[in-house]
Amino acid sequence: MNSKNLWTRFTKGLLQNADDDTANRYRILRRNIFILMFLITIVPLIIMAVIYQHEYQASLKKEIVNPLKTLANKTKHSFELFLEERLSVIRFIASSYSFEELSDQKTLNRIFKTLMDEYCCLIDLGLINKKGIQLSYVGPYEFLGKNYSKQSWFHEVVVKGNYISDVFMGYRQFPHVAIAVLRRTEEGRYLILRATIDTSKFDNIIASMGLDQESDAFLINSEGILQTPSRFYGKILDQYPVPLPMGNYGPIVVEEVDPQNRKMLVAYAPFAKADYIMVLTKQRSALLKPWYTLRSKMLFIFAISVVTIILVVFKLVDTVVKRVKEADEKRELAYREIQHTHKLASIGRLAAGVAHEINNPMAIINEKAGLMKDLVAHDDQFRKKEKFLGLTDSILQSVERCKGITHRLLGFARRMEVQLVELDVNELIQETLGFLDKEALHRNIELKLQFTDNLPYIFSDRGQMQQVFLNILSNAFAAVEDKGQIVITSWEEDSDTVGVSIRDDGSGMSEETISNIFDPFFTTKQKGGTGLGLAITYGIVKKMGGEIKVTSKQGEGTIFTVYLPKKAKIGPGE
Amino acid sequence: MKEMKLLLVDDEEEFVKTLSERLEMRHIQSDVALSGKEALKTMDEDIPDVMVLDLKMPVMDGMEVLRLTKKAYPGVQIIMLTGHGSEKDEEEARRLGVFEYLHKPVEIENLMQIVTKAYKNKF
Repeated sequence: MNSKNLWTRFTKGLLQNADDDTANRYRILRRNIFILMFLITIVPLIIMAVIYQHEYQASLKKEIVNPLKTLANKTKHSFELFLEERLSVIRFIASSYSFEELSDQKTLNRIFKTLMDEYCCLIDLGLINKKGIQLSYVGPYEFLGKNYSKQSWFHEVVVKGNYISDVFMGYRQFPHVAIAVLRRTEEGRYLILRATIDTSKFDNIIASMGLDQESDAFLINSEGILQTPSRFYGKILDQYPVPLPMGNYGPIVVEEVDPQNRKMLVAYAPFAKADYIMVLTKQRSALLKPWYTLRSKMLFIFAISVVTIILVVFKLVDTVVKRVKEADEKRELAYREIQHTHKLASIGRLAAGVAHEINNPMAIINEKAGLMKDLVAHDDQFRKKEKFLGLTDSILQSVERCKGITHRLLGFARRMEVQLVELDVNELIQETLGFLDKEALHRNIELKLQFTDNLPYIFSDRGQMQQVFLNILSNAFAAVEDKGQIVITSWEEDSDTVGVSIRDDGSGMSEETISNIFDPFFTTKQKGGTGLGLAITYGIVKKMGGEIKVTSKQGEGTIFTVYLPKKAKIGPGE
Repeated sequence: MKEMKLLLVDDEEEFVKTLSERLEMRHIQSDVALSGKEALKTMDEDIPDVMVLDLKMPVMDGMEVLRLTKKAYPGVQIIMLTGHGSEKDEEEARRLGVFEYLHKPVEIENLMQIVTKAYKNKF
């Protein structure tokens, strides 16, 4: 109930605006409907666009993130495989040869040679005893007898059984990785086999990923030191500038902003055995390029939709408001017409009453004056006979005039009753002119009647027809100067139609005035014009199935032409 | 042709008496009745040839008198003379067989002409 009230008030407030002046009211109405319709259409569109954007972005990200992660993981596996292969070969050698054999420089040389043939990238190979002393060595350096017991890797290999070093620069300044395995022989002796691997193979693995310009892949250790060269972040052993994710993790993808202020998607895949992390980075902008294209397309479509909606809504609202305005005006006109008719009807009844009441005393005056005249006329002795006869004649003439007035009043009253009767148009016009001939006389206006004799009767409503001619004639009288001329012509237009034209030599009208002349409430009269006369006239003529035309020239005059069907076809009127 | 018997019926005494006097000056004798009832009574004594009848009278109006007269004495020629002439009244009166329907005030010469015509119409 409450909400219903609120809703009613809301819609009312929206669509009506109290009693502002009319133009303002329709302006506000137009604005409110426009806003309402605009919101109703645009809001769902916006919501849809936002949701769509969000969903699309999410799914797109997923589609980008997963392959990135997979690629990083796969590459990591390649690395692990490569390292594991080297480790297992070394382990195999460690377990299949005895300590004595391995400490023999010749045997080691032979083994190394075979390994070089089978496995790439080996640089050297050496045996180290429990105390960390290099017992035998094959390779480009002179490491024989070197003591490793103080180095951390030695302790690690003793504890863990195998070891993979970070990348380091060897004596010849190119990157190496050292791997080492420990074996306890049956005799309880320790045997540590250490090999160095050239990391150029790493570059091959990364190259095999087939990365594009916006991507970069490299290895780092857990301190963030680059283990392979990076396209974006420097050469080997430089510090990787982006902080690493904290804690233990499997392959993950994070969004980062790098020092160059590029938004990057970075996949981290840590190695299981070695202290390496595979890093794969890709610029977000490159990844989201399809998204940006789509977004700009969507924005374009959205903008076009909005513009279209605005145009359509504007046009629609304009039409609707115009219709509403027209309907309002029609209703107003109808209301005024009814009011007018009511007023006329009351005046009519009053006039009829007055006319009747006056007729009786007028009849007495008539008879008394008549008798006086008779008496004087028959009395030859009467001294001032001529004077008296003049007086009584004057009384009788006045009575005759009164009779004319009351008859016209009665005729006016009768016009209120709508009925179709046979009408002589000529006579009707003459009767109508009776209302105006006093004015014509005062203003010295020449009324020229060019009636066609034996004009066929028309079958129409007397009162309404009289009103038609009265309205047009009143306008003609208003238009002409004193001593002007009004010419009224009647003729038989065709077998069904009678034509009447009323021409004045008055001020004439502009094109604009002519175009508005039958509009209700349009008036050019300085005061007292209701703007209804010709509108009603037009309505009546149309209602009777006739036509009304107007031609005018400024300064030359105006011609109203009315075509009346001989038999009125009563229509709904206009 | 024997002399015409004319009955003037009107509740306006000033009007009807003056009219009678003026007709007399023009050699037309007339009786006067000031109401419908009186008119009917007068008629019962002496049937007139022509009756000039006002429409609006108190108690019994002209239309009623017209109806009763046409019923009782169809030969009487009746001329309506009224200040209250709606088209409907005129239609009704003509339907009831009135000879002529005139509006007040009327010119004496005009009235005389019509009365004479009505009298002639009787035969």
